[in-house]
Amino acid sequence: MDLQNFLAMGGYAGYVWPAYGLTALVLVWNWWAARRSEAEALLNARRRNEYAREARS
Amino acid sequence: MWLWFHKLASPPHAYRLLGRMAPWFGWPALGLILLATWWGLFKAPADYQQGDAFRILYVHAPSAWMSMFTYVVMAVAAAVGLIWRIKLAHAASAACAPIGASFTFLALATGSIWGKPMWGTWWVWDARLTSELLLLFLYLGYMALRASFDDPQRADRASAVLAIVGVINIPIIHFSVKWWTTLHQGASVTKLAKPSIALAMLVPLFIMIAGFQLYFGWAISRRLRGEILRRERNAGWLKEAS
Repeated sequence: MDLQNFLAMGGYAGYVWPAYGLTALVLVWNWWAARRSEAEALLNARRRNEYAREARS
Repeated sequence: MWLWFHKLASPPHAYRLLGRMAPWFGWPALGLILLATWWGLFKAPADYQQGDAFRILYVHAPSAWMSMFTYVVMAVAAAVGLIWRIKLAHAASAACAPIGASFTFLALATGSIWGKPMWGTWWVWDARLTSELLLLFLYLGYMALRASFDDPQRADRASAVLAIVGVINIPIIHFSVKWWTTLHQGASVTKLAKPSIALAMLVPLFIMIAGFQLYFGWAISRRLRGEILRRERNAGWLKEAS
């Protein structure tokens, strides 16, 4: 099987590749959004702690 | 048993445990998804009717499965939170929603892309497609409802009720292809009889489902940690953890 044939997907390249591409996109988005949401929460928690410490001192 | 449970449900303990667990989900998930992609695109034989277009199955069916699985997890967590008043369960429920919504979107989009060459249309208002679209609206409604409350406890309770009522849609989605005449094909794997799909095509599908399942484990761990941090921002233990 050569690359050309593989990429052509038996004539369904226009459907198969976008479906896989979209899946990759959604999985990567989820990965990024989950990490960002956690990092943001951690940053907020740290900031609050610093404020609290400054207010005490 | 109860002591163990209380320890597990305590936010600081759960926060640390989730952090330790996440990579154990994440790396195997990545490996399995890559393996299944390669297997599904290269190794699996082309379908005798659909040719290579059937390969969309390997991303469509797992995302459709995850869209329903995530909803059930979300509804069960909401029920646990509502009945036993466990804050962590409400947090888990909230963490599920964006993940589930993204899988539902993916199932609808890949299904639409598959539908065009096979059915000749991107979309039909048949039972399976319509009930899956309703699932997407349930997720979005759930998130919108949460966001509309300032008080997290009231948001928890109101959204939990929505999540629990909406679970009725899950069996409707699953059996829609049986109860109504639809364009969508019937169940070929999730039924009691022998799967009506060749083993050579089935193996990559199961690998992909396992990969997606682990991926969900990773995503929920990360999102739940964020939820815990947001909810526990005034708690003493956070001062040491952050």
